[in-house]
Amino acid sequence: MNSPNDIIAPERALAKKDFESDQDVRWCPGCGDYAVLAQVQKILPTLGIPRENFAFISGIGCSSRFPYYLETYGMHSIHGRAPAIASGLKLSRPELSVWVVTGDGDALAIGGNHFIHAMRRNIGLKIILLNNRIYGLTKGQYSPTSEMGKKTKSTPLGSIDRPFSPVAVALGAGATFVARAVDSDLKHMASVLERAAAHQGTAFVEILQNCVVFNDDAYGALTNKATRADAGIYLEHGKPLLFGKDRNKGIRLKSWAPELVTVGENGVTEADLVVHDEKAANGGLAFFLSQLENPEFPVPLGVFRDVAAPAYEQLNKEMAENAVAAKGKGDLARLLNSGDTWTIA
Amino acid sequence: MATLQATHSAERPPAPEHRVEELDSVVIRFVGDSGDGMQLTGTEFSKAVGEAGHDFTTHPDYPSEIRAPTGTLFGVSGYQIQYSSRPVFTSGDAPDVLVVMNPAALKTNLPDLKRGGIIIANTGAFADSNLAKAGYQSNPLEDGSLDGYQLFKIDISDLTANALAHSSLSKKDVGRCKNYFALGVMLCLYSRPFDKEIEDIRKKFAKKPEFAAANIAALNAGYAYAEAREMFATTYQVRPSTAVPGKYRSITGNSAAALGFVAAAELSGVPLFIGSYPITPATDILHDLATFKNYQVTTFQAEDEIAGLCSTIGAAYGGSLGLTTTSGPGMALKTEALGLAVMLELPLVVVNVQRGGPSTGLPTKSEQSDLLQAVYGRNGECPVPVIASYSPSDCFDCAIEAFRIAVKYMTPVILLSDGGIGNAAEPWRIPDVASLPKLKVRYRTEPEGFQAYARDENLARAWVKPGTPGMEHRIGGLEKDFLTGNISHNPLNHQRMVEVRAAKVAGIVKDIPPSRVDGPDSGDLLIIGWGSTFGSITQAREKAAAEGKAVAHVHLRHLNPLPADLGAIMKRYKKVLVPELNLGQLSRLLREHYLVDAVQLNKVQGKPFMVAEIYDRILELC
Repeated sequence: MNSPNDIIAPERALAKKDFESDQDVRWCPGCGDYAVLAQVQKILPTLGIPRENFAFISGIGCSSRFPYYLETYGMHSIHGRAPAIASGLKLSRPELSVWVVTGDGDALAIGGNHFIHAMRRNIGLKIILLNNRIYGLTKGQYSPTSEMGKKTKSTPLGSIDRPFSPVAVALGAGATFVARAVDSDLKHMASVLERAAAHQGTAFVEILQNCVVFNDDAYGALTNKATRADAGIYLEHGKPLLFGKDRNKGIRLKSWAPELVTVGENGVTEADLVVHDEKAANGGLAFFLSQLENPEFPVPLGVFRDVAAPAYEQLNKEMAENAVAAKGKGDLARLLNSGDTWTIA
Repeated sequence: MATLQATHSAERPPAPEHRVEELDSVVIRFVGDSGDGMQLTGTEFSKAVGEAGHDFTTHPDYPSEIRAPTGTLFGVSGYQIQYSSRPVFTSGDAPDVLVVMNPAALKTNLPDLKRGGIIIANTGAFADSNLAKAGYQSNPLEDGSLDGYQLFKIDISDLTANALAHSSLSKKDVGRCKNYFALGVMLCLYSRPFDKEIEDIRKKFAKKPEFAAANIAALNAGYAYAEAREMFATTYQVRPSTAVPGKYRSITGNSAAALGFVAAAELSGVPLFIGSYPITPATDILHDLATFKNYQVTTFQAEDEIAGLCSTIGAAYGGSLGLTTTSGPGMALKTEALGLAVMLELPLVVVNVQRGGPSTGLPTKSEQSDLLQAVYGRNGECPVPVIASYSPSDCFDCAIEAFRIAVKYMTPVILLSDGGIGNAAEPWRIPDVASLPKLKVRYRTEPEGFQAYARDENLARAWVKPGTPGMEHRIGGLEKDFLTGNISHNPLNHQRMVEVRAAKVAGIVKDIPPSRVDGPDSGDLLIIGWGSTFGSITQAREKAAAEGKAVAHVHLRHLNPLPADLGAIMKRYKKVLVPELNLGQLSRLLREHYLVDAVQLNKVQGKPFMVAEIYDRILELC
């Protein structure tokens, strides 16, 4: 794991170009994935980790092409299984910085089980989920995050599936770090990724990503200059939930439900608004925030939850160390000769 | 095999004085409710005979329900042991002795007992309600229907309760001690000392001294009861074994496999990682390894079968010896990930402790029906080396062999065992660590000229661990360029890659030692077997050979690729017989590879072959 003691500083300062592989990037022109790749390539050299100690594991889907374009160790595996593969790698090599790049189909449909169990264990993986709310590589079917009524090739009459929120799923699975960013706000995305990289245990980041071909403008309200200030809300620890073009809209709690209010109207002041606390031991507030969706409410961006808990690989390492302390370092001859033995002369 | 029947029959008048009779071998089956502790009684009895220097083989046969309703026919749990002064290869066909704890146990097992065999029955459980549950109209212990057998009626329930009258244990816990009473009776009948057993009970229940005391009292009471009543006119002693000198321990196939995997890690100096999901009858390998954490062993109970193998792939990528263990249905779930491991060319081992299939099938029963799945069961041209262990002890050697192949050829390897091997116990001569094969593992750390898919003389690519400076590269499940490993959709490159993966696995043949042929070099019949049928085939062949039949036996460890000399060996015999616990899977492989007219002998009853079944087929063929 990346505890300060384990970090071996790179021999020379790394730069973004050190993380660009020689492979041609093959996403569609205008795909939101480009922006994410660029931000990842930008922050990796700043983390103080030697390049050879990064491993990027992906599953299947457009987003899962990611590792090919990074000059790190990487594996483009099979559909949905990246968290399981990454867990085995991290457990056997805790000193590596292991990242998972996945999508809404990969992580939430076919790979849902591995996704939730990685977070339940709090194993030290950085999971980036590029959520475009559509299946792109198979040419446009609805995904577990597509809105109801969505017309796609597999739902010509509209989808009757209820979508779920990746952030809510992560929180439900007990994730200790949960954040969201949008592909159009590069600076904010970089800051969220940096926070994820520094976290002990599983760090989950959902990135709202536009698919220009099959689901263009899915986050139009959030990315359009004219509307984004009213469609999104940037979460800040210890700050009230305040947003809007004029910074006068807010979220108030009314009988366990969110209420949209305007500061300065009907006697509402900033003191009435919900104050964000990403460190709250109880995940209730974070889950409350995960339920805020357009168009009724602004979409929260930033860190929903960041709490400290022992990382799985660290507990595993301690368990092995304790076993050696209690029983002594293993000796094969002694092991084979253990139990009830008898000798025939 | 000498039988009890030869010297005793029910009609025989009681001997005037106590005699000790020497036997070559004896087959005993303990049967009761799944909660009666028969597995423990059987295990403890086999330990006692092993410690006395006998060879033995056991066959636990238990229902898949943990505690089926008491007294029911489907809740019967059994444990059979054959022990002998000579090498023993099977748990025996028909038992000489049946220890039955209730009517259901008698009903389901009587048909297997030898005519004139001994029945030791716990009369305390033969109450009306239990008789009804077993479908008896009248009490078979009283109605004369067992006249053809030697019947010993002992109220084990009541005698155990009496012996523990002053115990502080609850009535329910006292009832649980009756298996030790039965063990005491059997140790007396077979002239086995029980001091060691008392010591073992003390150890086993070290944290619950009141249970230790109660079980020891029950054991003593059982032994004393049998001794004082002179209930058996004759007790039996199996002649001491002439086994190879050495240090022995009793071992099951699953435990031997676990030790073999730790040995592979120690011999190679590479940490072992097991990612596994619990499944009968394979889980004990995970259980055992979980207790070896001071041996560079990481155990990971994954969220499902797929994650079991995927975490193993991740660990192998990280440079560990990757291991996953499963049984048939779990193997089916691992199929796609196994294909990925083939594409990635990473070394790991998948153990399939086979059980009855298809689907959930017969979880606690043994079968050999996953061979074709192992050899062929993946999408695409996807070759995987397959080996199979033939006995509990052999699981140790096969575990090391599986990793030897995996790391030398950079490939996943499937190791097939089965429920019969995994749970059965036999004495294992503990090997000297210095005599174990060396496992050479080399990670490439030299960036100069590195190509991810460049190959050595064995067609294996280099094993490069993440964390190695200057060698960052990407691998994946998409087809790759022959040298660089970058994605390639080039048609000719794909053909070349498919062919080189096949050639790599086929090339393992040069590493397979010459096949051992038991019996004449040529003759009328060659029996080819694999896996747990080894014992039955060996005994049947020896019996036929002793009667002058020109019959030989080759038992295959390597099933993909098959040994290079097998084709030539088959040509030296007029006929080839392939006994298998499936509908003919190895027969198909042999026909496909050698165009040989293999004669099948198939059984799919969740039970091992009886020696007689194979012996009879031999006689029909030569």
